[in-house]
Amino acid sequence: MIIAVPVDEKNIKSRVCVSFGRTPYFLIYDTDSKEDKILDNSAAASAGGAGIKAAQLIADNKANILLTPRLGEKAADVLKAAKIAIYKTTNASAKENIDAFIAGKLSLLDEIHKGFHGHGG
Amino acid sequence: MRIAVLSGKGGTGKTMVSVNLSAATKKSTYIDCDVEEPNGHLFFKPVGINEEEVSVLIPEVDKEFCNGCKKCVDFCKFNALAYVKDSLIIFEDICHSCGGCVLLCPEKALTEKEKVIGMVQKGMSDQVEVFTGILNPGEPSGVPIINRLLDENKSENKPGNKSESEQMTFIDCPPGSACIVMESIKDADYCILVAEPTLFGVYNLNMVYELVTLFNKPVGVVLNKCLEGENPAEKFCLEKGINVLTRIPFDKELGLLNSNAEIAVRKSEKYRTIFTSLLDTVKKEVHHETAFNS
Ligand code: SF4
Ligand code: SF4
Repeated sequence: MIIAVPVDEKNIKSRVCVSFGRTPYFLIYDTDSKEDKILDNSAAASAGGAGIKAAQLIADNKANILLTPRLGEKAADVLKAAKIAIYKTTNASAKENIDAFIAGKLSLLDEIHKGFHGHGG
Repeated sequence: MRIAVLSGKGGTGKTMVSVNLSAATKKSTYIDCDVEEPNGHLFFKPVGINEEEVSVLIPEVDKEFCNGCKKCVDFCKFNALAYVKDSLIIFEDICHSCGGCVLLCPEKALTEKEKVIGMVQKGMSDQVEVFTGILNPGEPSGVPIINRLLDENKSENKPGNKSESEQMTFIDCPPGSACIVMESIKDADYCILVAEPTLFGVYNLNMVYELVTLFNKPVGVVLNKCLEGENPAEKFCLEKGINVLTRIPFDKELGLLNSNAEIAVRKSEKYRTIFTSLLDTVKKEVHHETAFNS
């Protein structure tokens, strides 16, 4: 299973980024090999639709699970179509959130915020 | 003669000024380009309304032909496209109708279809021709509606038609300084900025002032809601050497007329005088500019 997490810094101990579409990096963690890698989020600099582009990026990287504190509705549409499940992070680090998810302690993200005239994400 | 009326934010009296200037002119055209919140028609209550839909072209995919190369997805700078699980998702309300993806698709899987984004209305209120642009909620850009409004007005006042130079057109612009405002003023001969006498008002005034000077438009300021004492907006104009066209006092009568959606110049002698003299000042300014530039 492959887990994606928006992160502020380029390592697994980083804090989870508050924004999905505008996060500088994504941490991609493979639960089978226990390996992780960092992706630059090319969507971060977009004028609009950043969430859509970021969702495309993690779908292209074959993620099955996304851990994020919040998410825009357009990004959610893409992720839903890509059959990626979305869970809500806590204030802890990316690593601690991944562990909590594996232990079944995170809940599904059920609150999706409306985009800001398409400039959100 | 096309006069654009602008302000940095809503609520400064931009619509009040443009509506009253139009009504103070014997025969004129009022164009409401504030397409997200057109209010001018509430004052004019135009009759004999003619409506036309405005649509734009957006892409549509034929799944049979799409091979998932994602060229269109990478191309779209608005990120209106995504491709997951063997299908293309098109976010119609993010698409800006640039048409690029349709041209680009190597498989010719994309074609264009029409999508209605709003409409323009035309009607008469006494001698004033009232044009209103209405953008449907959630649409990304009102620019196509503004272009339609301004084009229709231009084709009605063809050059050669001798009234062209005398026919007065007032353009009530959207608030702020985004690209939709630039569209609204591009053909204007003169810009009137409406400002409130507060520090925040100065901040907003400065924003639109920079925009119109960027376009090299001649400009003057109407100071609205003036009270006794210091007026930061007036001070700003003095410092920058911007022409102050008039000062409209803050009073109950005008406030009441406005909140009842009445046009002050049609109801009160006092305001007829204020706006007629503002109109004369503006006309003189424009003639001065034309003489100066030729
Ligand atoms: S460019 Fe054409 S073929 Fe390629 S993904 Fe887009 S629609 Fe499909
Ligand atoms: S028409 Fe332009 S804006 Fe619309 S989806 Fe295609 S590339 Fe994007």
